[in-house]
Amino acid sequence: MRIRDLFAVVMLSGIYSLISAGIFVVLDAVDVAFTEAAVGAGIATVLMLGTLALTGPKEAAPKHRPLLPLAVVSITGAVLIWGTMDMPRFADPDAPIHRHVAPRYILDSPTEIGVPNMVTSVLASYRGYDTMGEVIVIFTAGVGVLALLGVGRRRRKNPRGGPENE
Amino acid sequence: MNDQPVLKVVAKLLIPYILLFALYVQFHGDFGPGGGFQAGVIFAAGIILYALAFGLDQAFKLVSPAILRPLSAIGVLLYGGVGVATMLRGGNFLDYNVLAHDPVHGQHLGILLIELGVGITVTSVMITIFFAFVGRNA
Repeated sequence: MRIRDLFAVVMLSGIYSLISAGIFVVLDAVDVAFTEAAVGAGIATVLMLGTLALTGPKEAAPKHRPLLPLAVVSITGAVLIWGTMDMPRFADPDAPIHRHVAPRYILDSPTEIGVPNMVTSVLASYRGYDTMGEVIVIFTAGVGVLALLGVGRRRRKNPRGGPENE
Repeated sequence: MNDQPVLKVVAKLLIPYILLFALYVQFHGDFGPGGGFQAGVIFAAGIILYALAFGLDQAFKLVSPAILRPLSAIGVLLYGGVGVATMLRGGNFLDYNVLAHDPVHGQHLGILLIELGVGITVTSVMITIFFAFVGRNA
Protein backbone atom coordinates (compact mmCIF):
# COMPACT_ATOMS: atom_id res chain seq x y z
CA MET A 1 0.00 0.00 0.00
CA ARG A 2 1.30 3.43 -0.83
CA ILE A 3 0.23 6.76 0.65
CA ARG A 4 1.16 10.02 -1.01
CA ASP A 5 -1.03 12.10 1.31
CA LEU A 6 1.39 13.24 3.99
CA PHE A 7 -1.44 14.35 6.27
CA ALA A 8 -2.57 10.72 6.48
CA VAL A 9 1.03 9.63 7.11
CA VAL A 10 1.39 12.08 10.02
CA MET A 11 -1.89 10.98 11.57
CA LEU A 12 -0.95 7.31 11.15
CA SER A 13 2.39 7.85 12.88
CA GLY A 14 0.59 9.64 15.71
CA ILE A 15 -1.83 6.73 16.08
CA TYR A 16 1.11 4.33 15.99
CA SER A 17 2.72 6.27 18.84
CA LEU A 18 -0.47 6.14 20.87
CA ILE A 19 -0.74 2.38 20.36
CA SER A 20 2.92 1.99 21.34
CA ALA A 21 2.11 3.90 24.53
CA GLY A 22 -0.64 1.35 25.17
CA ILE A 23 1.85 -1.48 24.66
CA PHE A 24 4.22 0.14 27.17
CA VAL A 25 1.39 0.35 29.71
CA VAL A 26 0.70 -3.35 29.22
CA LEU A 27 4.42 -4.02 29.78
CA ASP A 28 4.24 -2.03 33.08
CA ALA A 29 6.59 0.66 31.74
CA VAL A 30 4.28 3.50 32.74
CA ASP A 31 6.92 6.24 32.64
CA VAL A 32 7.91 5.31 29.09
CA ALA A 33 4.26 5.13 28.06
CA PHE A 34 3.75 8.59 29.49
CA THR A 35 6.62 10.00 27.45
CA GLU A 36 5.56 8.19 24.29
CA ALA A 37 1.99 9.45 24.55
CA ALA A 38 3.01 13.04 25.31
CA VAL A 39 5.93 13.37 22.89
CA GLY A 40 5.22 10.86 20.12
CA ALA A 41 1.48 11.21 19.87
CA GLY A 42 1.24 14.81 21.05
CA ILE A 43 4.07 17.22 20.36
CA ALA A 44 5.68 15.37 17.44
CA THR A 45 2.35 15.12 15.62
CA VAL A 46 1.67 18.82 16.13
CA LEU A 47 5.17 19.72 14.89
CA MET A 48 4.73 17.48 11.84
CA LEU A 49 1.39 19.15 11.09
CA GLY A 50 3.07 22.54 11.47
CA THR A 51 5.70 21.44 8.97
CA LEU A 52 2.99 20.23 6.58
CA ALA A 53 1.42 23.69 6.73
CA LEU A 54 4.75 25.00 5.42
CA THR A 55 5.56 22.36 2.84
CA GLY A 56 2.18 21.24 1.53
CA PRO A 57 0.42 17.96 2.21
CA LYS A 58 1.42 16.00 -0.93
CA GLU A 59 4.56 13.98 -1.38
CA ALA A 60 6.28 14.60 -4.71
CA ALA A 61 6.44 11.51 -6.94
CA PRO A 62 9.97 10.10 -6.72
CA LYS A 63 12.04 10.18 -9.89
CA HIS A 64 14.11 7.07 -9.14
CA ARG A 65 13.02 3.45 -9.17
CA PRO A 66 12.14 1.95 -5.78
CA LEU A 67 14.28 -1.19 -6.23
CA LEU A 68 17.53 0.06 -4.69
CA PRO A 69 15.92 1.61 -1.55
CA LEU A 70 13.80 -1.54 -1.19
CA ALA A 71 16.92 -3.72 -1.32
CA VAL A 72 18.74 -1.51 1.24
CA VAL A 73 15.76 -1.59 3.60
CA SER A 74 15.29 -5.37 3.25
CA ILE A 75 18.96 -6.15 3.85
CA THR A 76 19.19 -3.78 6.85
CA GLY A 77 16.01 -5.23 8.30
CA ALA A 78 17.24 -8.80 7.82
CA VAL A 79 20.56 -7.96 9.51
CA LEU A 80 18.75 -6.34 12.42
CA ILE A 81 16.47 -9.35 12.88
CA TRP A 82 19.51 -11.65 12.62
CA GLY A 83 21.13 -9.52 15.36
CA THR A 84 18.21 -10.10 17.72
CA MET A 85 18.77 -13.88 17.55
CA ASP A 86 21.56 -13.58 20.11
CA MET A 87 19.50 -11.52 22.53
CA PRO A 88 18.13 -13.19 25.67
CA ARG A 89 14.57 -14.46 25.58
CA PHE A 90 11.94 -11.79 26.32
CA ALA A 91 11.46 -11.29 30.10
CA ASP A 92 14.20 -13.82 30.88
CA PRO A 93 15.10 -13.24 34.57
CA ASP A 94 18.66 -14.47 33.94
CA ALA A 95 19.31 -11.91 31.21
CA PRO A 96 22.53 -9.92 31.84
CA ILE A 97 20.60 -6.67 32.18
CA HIS A 98 18.69 -8.08 35.17
CA ARG A 99 21.79 -9.37 36.95
CA HIS A 100 24.19 -6.44 36.83
CA VAL A 101 22.95 -3.27 38.56
CA ALA A 102 19.21 -3.97 38.68
CA PRO A 103 19.36 -5.92 42.00
CA ARG A 104 21.14 -2.99 43.64
CA TYR A 105 18.47 -0.56 42.38
CA ILE A 106 15.62 -2.80 43.51
CA LEU A 107 17.06 -3.75 46.91
CA ASP A 108 18.85 -0.59 47.97
CA SER A 109 17.08 2.35 46.35
CA PRO A 110 14.27 2.52 48.98
CA THR A 111 16.85 3.08 51.73
CA GLU A 112 19.51 4.91 49.68
CA ILE A 113 17.26 7.31 47.81
CA GLY A 114 13.99 6.96 49.68
CA VAL A 115 11.83 7.65 46.62
CA PRO A 116 8.96 5.21 45.98
CA ASN A 117 9.16 5.47 42.19
CA MET A 118 12.26 3.47 41.36
CA VAL A 119 12.35 4.85 37.82
CA THR A 120 12.81 8.34 39.23
CA SER A 121 15.65 7.25 41.51
CA VAL A 122 17.43 5.59 38.60
CA LEU A 123 16.88 8.47 36.18
CA ALA A 124 17.56 11.34 38.52
CA SER A 125 20.10 9.94 40.95
CA TYR A 126 21.91 6.75 39.89
CA ARG A 127 21.93 7.84 36.28
CA GLY A 128 22.03 11.58 36.89
CA TYR A 129 24.81 12.08 34.34
CA ASP A 130 22.74 10.50 31.57
CA THR A 131 19.70 12.60 32.38
CA MET A 132 21.85 15.72 32.38
CA GLY A 133 23.10 14.69 28.95
CA GLU A 134 19.49 14.33 27.78
CA VAL A 135 18.60 17.78 29.05
CA ILE A 136 21.60 19.21 27.22
CA VAL A 137 20.50 17.37 24.06
CA ILE A 138 17.05 18.96 24.32
CA PHE A 139 18.61 22.36 24.96
CA THR A 140 20.86 21.90 21.93
CA ALA A 141 17.86 20.95 19.81
CA GLY A 142 16.16 24.17 20.86
CA VAL A 143 19.28 26.20 20.09
CA GLY A 144 19.58 24.48 16.71
CA VAL A 145 15.99 25.23 15.75
CA LEU A 146 16.38 28.83 16.89
CA ALA A 147 19.60 29.19 14.91
CA LEU A 148 18.05 27.71 11.75
CA LEU A 149 14.51 29.07 11.88
CA GLY A 150 14.42 31.68 14.62
CA VAL A 151 11.08 32.73 16.03
CA GLY A 152 10.56 34.49 12.74
CA ARG A 153 7.65 36.80 13.15
CA ARG A 154 9.12 39.05 15.79
CA ARG A 155 12.24 39.77 13.78
CA ARG A 156 10.29 40.75 10.71
CA LYS A 157 8.35 43.33 12.66
CA ASN A 158 11.58 44.92 13.80
CA PRO A 159 12.01 48.12 11.75
CA ARG A 160 15.75 48.28 12.40
CA GLY A 161 16.17 44.65 11.43
CA GLY A 162 17.82 45.30 8.09
CA PRO A 163 17.96 42.16 5.94
CA GLU A 164 15.43 39.46 6.77
CA ASN A 165 16.62 36.44 8.67
CA GLU A 166 15.98 34.02 5.85
CA MET B 1 -8.90 29.52 13.11
CA ASN B 2 -10.57 32.75 14.14
CA ASP B 3 -14.16 31.56 13.99
CA GLN B 4 -14.05 28.44 16.07
CA PRO B 5 -16.08 29.23 19.19
CA VAL B 6 -16.52 25.57 20.13
CA LEU B 7 -12.80 24.93 19.89
CA LYS B 8 -12.03 28.02 21.94
CA VAL B 9 -14.50 27.15 24.69
CA VAL B 10 -13.29 23.56 24.90
CA ALA B 11 -9.66 24.69 24.92
CA LYS B 12 -10.41 27.19 27.68
CA LEU B 13 -12.00 24.41 29.70
CA LEU B 14 -9.12 21.98 29.17
CA ILE B 15 -6.02 24.18 29.45
CA PRO B 16 -6.14 24.85 33.23
CA TYR B 17 -6.43 21.13 33.92
CA ILE B 18 -3.62 20.31 31.50
CA LEU B 19 -1.31 22.80 33.22
CA LEU B 20 -2.38 21.60 36.67
CA PHE B 21 -1.79 18.00 35.62
CA ALA B 22 1.67 18.97 34.35
CA LEU B 23 2.53 20.45 37.75
CA TYR B 24 1.19 17.32 39.43
CA VAL B 25 3.34 15.11 37.20
CA GLN B 26 6.33 17.37 37.89
CA PHE B 27 6.13 17.31 41.67
CA HIS B 28 4.59 13.88 42.13
CA GLY B 29 7.18 12.18 39.92
CA ASP B 30 8.95 10.82 43.01
CA PHE B 31 5.87 8.84 43.98
CA GLY B 32 4.06 7.98 40.77
CA PRO B 33 4.90 7.77 37.11
CA GLY B 34 6.24 10.92 35.57
CA GLY B 35 8.94 13.46 36.17
CA GLY B 36 10.38 16.61 34.75
CA PHE B 37 10.48 15.48 31.14
CA GLN B 38 6.87 14.31 30.95
CA ALA B 39 5.68 17.32 32.95
CA GLY B 40 7.52 19.71 30.66
CA VAL B 41 6.02 18.16 27.57
CA ILE B 42 2.49 18.24 29.04
CA PHE B 43 2.88 21.86 30.11
CA ALA B 44 4.14 22.76 26.64
CA ALA B 45 1.19 20.86 25.13
CA GLY B 46 -1.17 23.06 27.14
CA ILE B 47 0.45 26.22 25.80
CA ILE B 48 0.49 24.79 22.27
CA LEU B 49 -3.22 24.00 22.52
CA TYR B 50 -3.76 27.63 23.51
CA ALA B 51 -1.72 28.79 20.52
CA LEU B 52 -3.66 26.50 18.17
CA ALA B 53 -7.04 27.68 19.43
CA PHE B 54 -6.40 31.38 19.89
CA GLY B 55 -3.70 32.10 17.35
CA LEU B 56 0.00 32.77 17.57
CA ASP B 57 -0.27 36.45 18.45
CA GLN B 58 -2.24 35.71 21.59
CA ALA B 59 0.22 32.95 22.46
CA PHE B 60 3.14 35.36 22.05
CA LYS B 61 1.35 37.68 24.49
CA LEU B 62 0.93 34.79 26.94
CA VAL B 63 4.47 33.39 26.62
CA SER B 64 6.96 35.71 25.01
CA PRO B 65 9.71 34.01 22.98
CA ALA B 66 12.12 36.42 24.67
CA ILE B 67 11.36 34.75 28.01
CA LEU B 68 11.62 31.23 26.62
CA ARG B 69 15.21 31.57 25.44
CA PRO B 70 16.74 32.35 28.85
CA LEU B 71 14.38 29.86 30.53
CA SER B 72 15.64 26.97 28.42
CA ALA B 73 19.19 27.79 29.52
CA ILE B 74 18.16 28.30 33.16
CA GLY B 75 16.89 24.71 33.37
CA VAL B 76 20.22 23.31 32.22
CA LEU B 77 22.08 25.69 34.53
CA LEU B 78 19.91 24.62 37.47
CA TYR B 79 20.74 20.99 36.75
CA GLY B 80 24.45 21.69 36.40
CA GLY B 81 24.33 24.06 39.35
CA VAL B 82 23.07 21.28 41.62
CA GLY B 83 26.05 19.22 40.46
CA VAL B 84 28.47 22.06 41.20
CA ALA B 85 26.80 22.65 44.58
CA THR B 86 27.36 19.02 45.53
CA MET B 87 31.01 19.38 44.54
CA LEU B 88 31.37 22.53 46.64
CA ARG B 89 29.93 20.70 49.62
CA GLY B 90 32.57 18.04 49.29
CA GLY B 91 30.79 15.32 47.32
CA ASN B 92 31.08 14.06 43.79
CA PHE B 93 29.36 15.78 40.89
CA LEU B 94 25.57 15.16 41.26
CA ASP B 95 26.05 13.23 44.51
CA TYR B 96 22.97 14.57 46.30
CA ASN B 97 23.82 12.90 49.62
CA VAL B 98 25.80 15.94 50.73
CA LEU B 99 23.04 18.47 50.03
CA ALA B 100 21.42 18.01 53.44
CA HIS B 101 22.42 16.64 56.83
CA ASP B 102 20.57 13.42 56.14
CA PRO B 103 21.63 11.66 52.90
CA VAL B 104 18.05 10.64 52.06
CA HIS B 105 16.85 14.24 52.51
CA GLY B 106 19.72 15.35 50.30
CA GLN B 107 18.61 12.88 47.64
CA HIS B 108 15.03 14.20 47.83
CA LEU B 109 16.19 17.81 47.51
CA GLY B 110 18.58 17.02 44.66
CA ILE B 111 16.00 15.05 42.71
CA LEU B 112 13.39 17.78 43.20
CA LEU B 113 15.79 20.45 41.92
CA ILE B 114 17.13 18.61 38.91
CA GLU B 115 13.62 17.48 37.89
CA LEU B 116 12.60 21.14 38.08
CA GLY B 117 15.53 22.01 35.83
CA VAL B 118 14.51 19.29 33.36
CA GLY B 119 10.91 20.53 33.42
CA ILE B 120 11.85 24.16 32.79
CA THR B 121 14.17 23.33 29.90
CA VAL B 122 11.80 20.85 28.25
CA THR B 123 8.81 23.19 28.53
CA SER B 124 10.59 26.18 27.05
CA VAL B 125 12.38 24.25 24.31
CA MET B 126 9.18 22.49 23.19
CA ILE B 127 7.27 25.78 23.04
CA THR B 128 10.20 27.46 21.27
CA ILE B 129 10.35 24.76 18.61
CA PHE B 130 6.60 25.00 18.09
CA PHE B 131 6.76 28.79 17.81
CA ALA B 132 9.66 28.54 15.37
CA PHE B 133 7.81 26.05 13.14
CA VAL B 134 4.42 27.73 13.19
CA GLY B 135 5.77 31.28 13.26
CA ARG B 136 7.30 30.88 9.82
CA ASN B 137 3.90 30.30 8.32
CA ALA B 138 2.50 33.58 9.53
